[in-house]
Formats: sequence, structure tokens, C-alpha cells
Amino acid sequence: MAKDLSKTLADLKEDEAVAIVRERLNAGEDPLRILDDASRAMETVGKRFSSGEYFIPDLVYSGEILKSINELVKPKLAKGGAARKGGKVIVGTVAGDIHDIGKDIVVFMLDVSGFEVYDLGVDVPAKKFVEKIKESGAPIVGLSGFLTLAYDAMKQTVQAIKDAGLRDKVKIMIGGGQITDEITKFTGADAYGKDAVAGVTLARKWSGAK
Amino acid sequence: MAKKWEEMTPDEKQEALFARWMAPKDPAGNDLKYQSPKAEKAFKERITRIKDAIQMKKLPDRVPIFVAPSFFPVYYAGITPQEAMYDYDKCRMAFKKFVVDFEPDGNLGAYVPGPGKFFEILDYKLYSWPGHGVPPEQSYQCNESEYMTAGEYDALIDDPSNFFSNTYLPRVFGKLGGFQMLPALTGILEIYGVAINFIPFGLPPVQATYKALFEAGAEALKWMGAMGAWNADITAAGFPLIAAGFTKAPFDVIGDTLRGTRGIMVDMYRQPDKLLEAMERLTPLMIKMGVGTAKLVGHPVIFIPLHKGADGFLSDEQFKKFYWPTLKKVMMGLIAEGVVPMPAAEGHWDSRLAIMSDLPKGKTLWMIDQSNIANAKKTIGKVGCLFGNVPSDLLVVGTPEQVKDYVKNLIDTCAKGGGYIVSNGAFFDQAKPENVHAMVDAAREYGAYK
Repeated sequence: MAKDLSKTLADLKEDEAVAIVRERLNAGEDPLRILDDASRAMETVGKRFSSGEYFIPDLVYSGEILKSINELVKPKLAKGGAARKGGKVIVGTVAGDIHDIGKDIVVFMLDVSGFEVYDLGVDVPAKKFVEKIKESGAPIVGLSGFLTLAYDAMKQTVQAIKDAGLRDKVKIMIGGGQITDEITKFTGADAYGKDAVAGVTLARKWSGAK
Repeated sequence: MAKKWEEMTPDEKQEALFARWMAPKDPAGNDLKYQSPKAEKAFKERITRIKDAIQMKKLPDRVPIFVAPSFFPVYYAGITPQEAMYDYDKCRMAFKKFVVDFEPDGNLGAYVPGPGKFFEILDYKLYSWPGHGVPPEQSYQCNESEYMTAGEYDALIDDPSNFFSNTYLPRVFGKLGGFQMLPALTGILEIYGVAINFIPFGLPPVQATYKALFEAGAEALKWMGAMGAWNADITAAGFPLIAAGFTKAPFDVIGDTLRGTRGIMVDMYRQPDKLLEAMERLTPLMIKMGVGTAKLVGHPVIFIPLHKGADGFLSDEQFKKFYWPTLKKVMMGLIAEGVVPMPAAEGHWDSRLAIMSDLPKGKTLWMIDQSNIANAKKTIGKVGCLFGNVPSDLLVVGTPEQVKDYVKNLIDTCAKGGGYIVSNGAFFDQAKPENVHAMVDAAREYGAYK
């Protein structure tokens, strides 16, 4: 009997976790069930991060292990894959700022938490956020920025969303190294998340997902 | 007769470097002529004030003041980062206006923008800069990537210099591709076959690389000429630079420029022993880098930007295992040579400051950003001088009154017993000028030691 994948992955035991996935796939198990276990493991990883047991390297490493697992599972997966039940979120680093590490971790955590994430990349002009909101109908937008210069770009992005008549349709969260409550007020965003898991918590709250 | 450097104790070496800082030279190597006796007096008073704060032996006359910006002086002078990077005269003008207007006891020089044309000549890929990947009105930003692959630790450990020249540099400078073909210089041993080692220098790609290097070298020299003149000018006006140069924590050398954040974090799990060995290998090189610059410039303070050891980036256990041991060795190596390490702890370092407090007293200078300053004073502040903690967001969206209150509170919390310098906490691009003035004015108003 194979060992518990959720526990092994949550404990970041890469070799064991990959071996379990191989074994289960060879035994002809439904790949969706394997992904379900993996997603429960990621929930545990997120919880451990929130409680201060895990840190960013643990999140990053869990992502690497998950990548290896996905590569094994993907070829066996029927088209369509797992359903996304968390809702849609648009994420991007604001205009003029090309920092991506924090943004990528947020995208990753939202993704493994079941959200359908539209990652617009870095140095994203305000109008691109507006267009994506119109096109996707996503009710949540995350603005990332590392530089103090991002304060203005965030403010302008929120303003552009307002000018497009979409401010009531979306909740906006911001995040980054020099972001505080004061800056949240300054930019006109709804809230800021101090880390990736806080971002997921906000997205869950706003989308009504569990 | 003066003692030889090798015979001096670390304390004597530190005093000797402070003495050289106090007796600046002009670019030609002669004693610098001050603008006025008043400027000379101000220069010496400022250094004495900073020295007393660092050494923690006696109280300065008042709490010293640093203003440590990134691109703020550029915006403040009404030019763009692109102009500052390509027009060295405009850059000098902007940074001079900044120093003269705010009159800090310590400033960082005019080095921040750097020479745009030089980066262009070599096709520097590690950064995007104004007009090259970011808009003209933005500062340059780093393009992190795995410039060293996970399988290259042995090559780095075997011969770091050769790894840099033949592998790393060609990856981050488009024009240094020819370096991949360079011979190992340690193979040049005797007449038999010696010429074979030089064949690469006859090949077109290597020659093209050297051509670019000559051009880049000439541009770097031109830029340095402008910077040297700026230093002489601003020193003659009575304003000392805070630091002579920089070095880095071995963990950040690998995490920032070689493997990248994701790379080094995964290496901590997949190949921890290689990572530890590589950091040990880099440690003496980082010591040499800092000590060499300090002795060349004649200035004791060497800046160490701290990056990937911040709270959240590692657990305390990971910090103690991977980050601190080699950084501590670097710092102790600098201290042994009389150098004052100036680590900049941008972001939050609350849980780390206590760990890093096992250092000798009066030898270090710490930039503190968002860490709890009262706690910092009780841990790292017991052994080292602190500066900073005036927050970036306050300088941007606050009012002068709020800034003044914040600084007054800082002085009440930190200045008692010395070892504190009023300053912003993170290298900033934007701020309301009146808020920066309020920070400096409040330090003067409330900072006197009676």
C-alpha cells in the first residue's frame, strides 16, 4: 500500500512523493484523485506558512515538487483537467515595475488554491488590467509592486479601473515590499496582503469560496 | 614612527582608516583644498560625529543624520533616471543639489545611476535600465534568472574566477561571449607549448570581446572621472560619503546574481552541502573585496546590502545554517582589517537581529528599515550603531508633522547612550521633499546630546 501522498508532499519529501505518484499511476489510478491529494497537501503547506512553520523556500520547494508531479500526471489526464472552483483572479506587477518573485508566488498559491488566475506578467499598463477585467469578468484584481515608484502606478491603475466604470465590480488587493495600510489608502485599493497566503485569504473572502 | 599595517591591531587599523577618511585627497592625490575653513570644520565635525556613533565609546555632539536615497535626488532635481545615467554632468548636478539642499552628515555619493552607455557597450543583461526595458522615468531593475545552473556548483567551487570569466560573465554581458573561449591562465607554465595558451586571443570572437572591453573601459574611466570630481567637490564643501564601496553576503552572491531566488531556495533542499561549500569558497573573496576597496579609498565603511535573509525568506533555522555563518565570517574578516561593515537590513529582519548580535562592540553600522527599532536597539543595537527606520511610505504620503513626530520618537527610543543615526530606512526613489527636510530638521532639533 502506497504511503499518504498528501502528507509526504506537505512534508516536502520530494523523492518519496514522486515515487508514490509513479506507483499510483502505474496501478492505473485516476489521475484526478492524485491531483486532489496534491491539492490537499498544498492547503496544508499554505496553513503551515500562515502559522509560521513554513517560509518562502518551503513554498517554492513545494511548487517544484508539484511541478514534477504534474509532469507525471499530465499525460494521463483527460482533456480539461481539474475544475477550478475558486473563481477568477487577475494578477500583475504594475507599470514601470518588473519585479516578479513576489507576484509569481502569489500566482502560484492562488493557482494551487483552485483559483483561475490570469497572470498579466510585469510592467503591466493600467489599461491592460481594465481590458482583462472586461474580457474575463474576474471580480478580483491583485496589483504587485516592489518599488516605491509602484505606489503611483497602483494608484493610477485603481483610477483607470474606476474611470472605466468597473470599480464596483472588482475587489482590488495590493502587495509588495514597501506596501502598508497607509499605501492601501493612498492607492484606493481595498486591502493589502502581507504575503501570498494573505492574498489567498483575501481572494477567498471576496469570492465567497471556502 | 608609524606602525606597519601588518603590525597593527584591528582597533588600530580602524583608527588608521578613520584618520585617512578625515584627511581626504583630491583626484591628483594631493591634500584636498576645502571651499572654506567653515567647510573643513563641518567635514571634520561630521566624520567625528559618525565615528563616535559607530565606535560607541563616547557620545557624539548630536545624533548624526544620513539621507540614503536611491533615485530620489534625480527626481528631486527634475531630471529622469535616463538623463542621470547618460549625462554624467546632469547626474552630478542632481546629486550635488540633493546634498547641498538637505545637508546630511553622511551621503552615498552620486554612484546610484551608473553609466548607461557603459551598460549599452557591453549589452548588460542582468538589469533593465531606462530606455532599455523600463521607461525613461523609472530606475533600473534586476532581471533575476538562473545565470548559474544547478549542476555548476563544482565548477564554481573549483575555480570561482574562471567560472565568472568563462561562464557567468558571458551570460550576463552579451558582448563578453568571447570569454567562453579563454584559456585557463594557470596552464601558462613554461616555454614548451606556452604559445598554445594564447591562441584564443587570435580568434575573432575573443578579439571582438576585447574590442568591446576597451571601449567599455574607456567609458567606465570617463564616468569615474566625473564621480571622482563630484566626490572632491562635495567633500570640499564639507560633506563626507558614508561608504567606500561594498561587498556581499555569500548567500546573496549566489541567490541574487548566480542561482536566483528560486534556484537557491530549491538548492537548500536538493543540494545543501554544495551550496554551503560554495558559500565558504566565496567568503575569503568577499572579505578581500571589502578590505581592498576600503584600503584603496582610505575610508573604513563598507556597505553590505542584505537581501535573501530577511524575515519570511528563510526560517530562523535556515538562516542560522545557510545565511549567517558565512556572512559573519565576512564581517569578522572585515573587522579584523579595521573595516566597518555596514549591512543594510531592508524590509523586516526582526527575528534575525538577535541572531546576528554575536559581534564585537563598536565595529558595525546597521541600516534598519521596517524592523521594530526598539527591539533592534536591545539586540543588535547593543553591539552596533543603528541608522534608519524612517519609513518609505511616511516619506511619500505622510505630512512633515508626522515625519517630525516619528523622528522625535525614534530619538527618544534609540539615541540614548549613542549608537544611533537618524535616517530613512530603505533606499528610496520617491518622497515629498518637505518630508525629507522634516526628517533632517527634526534630527537637528531633538538630537543634541546634553
